[in-house]
Amino acid sequence: MHKVQTQAPETPGRDDIRPLMGNEAIARGAWEAGVKVASAYPGTPSTEILESLARYPAEEISVEWAVNEKVALDIAIGASFAGVRAFCAMKHVGLNVAADALMSQTYIGAHGGLVITVCDDPGIHSSQNEQDTRLFARLAMVPCLEPSDAQEALEFTRLAFELSEEFDTPVIVRSTTRLSHTRSAVRVGERGSAPRKAFVHDPAKSVMIPSHARARHGRLLEREARLRERFAQAPFARIERGRKDIGVITTSVAYTYVKEVLPEASVLKLGASWPLPEALLKEFAESVERLFVVEELEPVIEDELRKLGLRVEGKVWFPRTGELSPEVVRDGLVAAGVLEPPPAEEEALEIEPLVRPPVLCAGCPHMSTYNALRYLDVRVAGDIGCYTLAAIEPLRAIDTCVSMGSSIANAIGMARAGTAEKPIVATIGDSTFLHAGIPPLIDAVYNDVNITVIILDNSITAMTGGQHHPGTGHGIRGNKTHKVEYEDICRAVGVKWVRTVDPYEYGTLLKTLREAVEYKGVAVVIADRPCVIDPVKITGEPLRIDSASCIACQACMNLGCPALTWSDEWHEGHHKVKIEPSLCIGCTVCAQVCPTASIQPERTE
Amino acid sequence: MAETTLNDDAGAENAEATAARPTNVLIVGVGGQGVIMVSKVMATLAQRAGFEVKQSEVHGMAKRGGGVFSHVRFGHKVFSPTIPRGEVDVLLALEWAEGLRWLNHLNRSRGTFIADVKRIVPPFACRNRADGAPLGYSRETPKDVLSRVRTGYALNASGMAERLGNPRVANTILLGVLSTALDFPEEEWLAVIEQFVPPKTVEVNLRAFGEGRDWVARHGEVGPDEEVDFSPPAGLETPPRRPRVFIERAWCKSCDICVKMCPERCLELDEAHIARMRAPERCTGCRLCEYLCPDFAIRVLRLPQDASEEEASA
Repeated sequence: MHKVQTQAPETPGRDDIRPLMGNEAIARGAWEAGVKVASAYPGTPSTEILESLARYPAEEISVEWAVNEKVALDIAIGASFAGVRAFCAMKHVGLNVAADALMSQTYIGAHGGLVITVCDDPGIHSSQNEQDTRLFARLAMVPCLEPSDAQEALEFTRLAFELSEEFDTPVIVRSTTRLSHTRSAVRVGERGSAPRKAFVHDPAKSVMIPSHARARHGRLLEREARLRERFAQAPFARIERGRKDIGVITTSVAYTYVKEVLPEASVLKLGASWPLPEALLKEFAESVERLFVVEELEPVIEDELRKLGLRVEGKVWFPRTGELSPEVVRDGLVAAGVLEPPPAEEEALEIEPLVRPPVLCAGCPHMSTYNALRYLDVRVAGDIGCYTLAAIEPLRAIDTCVSMGSSIANAIGMARAGTAEKPIVATIGDSTFLHAGIPPLIDAVYNDVNITVIILDNSITAMTGGQHHPGTGHGIRGNKTHKVEYEDICRAVGVKWVRTVDPYEYGTLLKTLREAVEYKGVAVVIADRPCVIDPVKITGEPLRIDSASCIACQACMNLGCPALTWSDEWHEGHHKVKIEPSLCIGCTVCAQVCPTASIQPERTE
Repeated sequence: MAETTLNDDAGAENAEATAARPTNVLIVGVGGQGVIMVSKVMATLAQRAGFEVKQSEVHGMAKRGGGVFSHVRFGHKVFSPTIPRGEVDVLLALEWAEGLRWLNHLNRSRGTFIADVKRIVPPFACRNRADGAPLGYSRETPKDVLSRVRTGYALNASGMAERLGNPRVANTILLGVLSTALDFPEEEWLAVIEQFVPPKTVEVNLRAFGEGRDWVARHGEVGPDEEVDFSPPAGLETPPRRPRVFIERAWCKSCDICVKMCPERCLELDEAHIARMRAPERCTGCRLCEYLCPDFAIRVLRLPQDASEEEASA
């Protein structure tokens, strides 16, 4: 599915119009701006940005997956120091990881244009929270551009580099899931020639020690004031005159919802949500009778208007949580008395929706590992990845999940608390381990904690659609590179007990996990089996269930494999099980847990 | 009936409003079915016809067998990338229950419902372990649903695709049905589909598209595909019973297998390290403990719901 979402950008013609996803448009904008170095760690909904950039020739642009977002931003910062335009992309929570670098770099500024695209996830489609990056922009005092569609995404990204160099600042281009994953027609341009400057040796600007930083802080305020003026001008601000009694200030995709449900209102569309053009806000507020702010998540613009002493209605009508939509904006305007309530619906069709949460794939190697952990009855600190799905039915095998790399240190804390009634296990994916799992593993050994760490090595960053990382031995362009060995890392940091096991061998897996849990000290188990869909879709001879001998015990169903469902036959009040041959890849894990050996290869018949 | 065009009840007085309003096609299904592919065909077609198009979907978790949806909107001006609830002109469902999930988004006075009756049963639908529990899948049949929408088609596109020798062309059959509900020339559809399918499968896809259109011509009047048996699976013949676990303490050797393997965590070892029921109310009577006990110390019986304690222990 992922493969068809991203279209390779062809050689551009002049004034070429083509359908682009928001993320592709951002990548295109960066390319047109003449970016020389781009880096990112994958994260939904931002992943396709770097993947799109990697389709441009390697001679024009260096594009690489970084081991995490902080590394990605530091690489971009380094390139900016070296005088070229640099770019990095991340999801909203990725900026938390990169925040340390951002908070200092804002003092330093940008030599070569430095642009960070951050993709927020209002509505939490595929994240652990829905934090609002605009607050980060305010905290870091860096300008934040907010495109409302793919065309603007391209143009704003390109302009962001010019702003960055003109105002000597990193620039954030904030997208959201909706913009990133909406495809619309975009007029694309040519790649411009960006200035290539030499490195400038200027320690007072580039080395943040207290005396230098103090001097730089004051310049930030001055920069902010100049940006306010710039953001009052096109294309960052646009007034669309309509009804005088209703005015709406809005930005990003929220603008399209406002135009959809209240096209006759006067609208001030902001293309930058930080810093805000105060004079223009006042002018617009005074030109309308009733002023609304429609913005997704936090009341960033609304708060600013209040500080200016303006009467404004915003979060009182529009929710501060979740994603906006035409319906939500319409409901808010109805509640505010601006719109008539929609006509009462005809008898709504009462259909109870089927519960269909995302599940692990048929044959996913994580299933047997978590199934075994459940049988071992241990406390499991989980982490971020596909395997977080093991927290829900039927595996129910994960007790906590906080942020990238948290599992191992969470386990250390649980062990140190001294209240553990069960052995403590941390489970972490391969990409997540490399992202933020190595420092806590060092800590666990250093402080001699009694925990077990399971590295779920499926040789890919699976959750985001199959991206390479240092453990796969390949780069983003498919190039071969050094492959990290997890056993070597573990031994190097001092782990004495390390085993690699194939999670498809259930008996060995269970035995190894039991030994690991019983070991006093840090034990590491590497569950080594590639992802069944990326980088290559794994297929195999499907198994079948001998219905006559199936006793409907549901032992196989406890794996949560989507290839296994109930058949129409019953055994003593319970459904027998059948295998969907189009999904089964023949991993045989279900056959290994079947107490009656009813699951067999098709061919034995 | 092959010409089930949109807005044919719009009337002259709001013809202008209709012209301004974008056409909304919502394509839904299950991860891996090709929802995004189908919506890209739709979007490309509309764009070639000179419309402004927005196509919006959410990826990520949806990839993992969850529900997937894609909004395609086209017209002279499109603002919101998502279709407001109740404004869907055509709802195209690649899977039956997903079609039902979005049914209330369909505009009831002008909308068209097109669904493959293919059922993809998620593992979640097979979770209720209670005695006699039914499959947790939607019970509505095409007859129920089609009687409640203005224009609706339910067909076994997956079965038709298999008969064509390629199960993957089910989506193209559905595109054939969709083509009868929208005003684009057939040649344009064929040209766009040809762009999107693997070269080796062009011929079978074009045939599949034709099958979809033929199907509409044959089943013109609103009605389900009579070739499809869509009755829900039979229930349990005998009334549900209450499970009860009996443990022969003298035979238990404290091996712990039943405790560890019980999916509902009903069992524990007592102070004497003998297995005992800790949460009988959670027991579903799956008998896994009985089957796995190496010493035949466990017996699981299914008793009538109203059996007294005496009867139970008899």
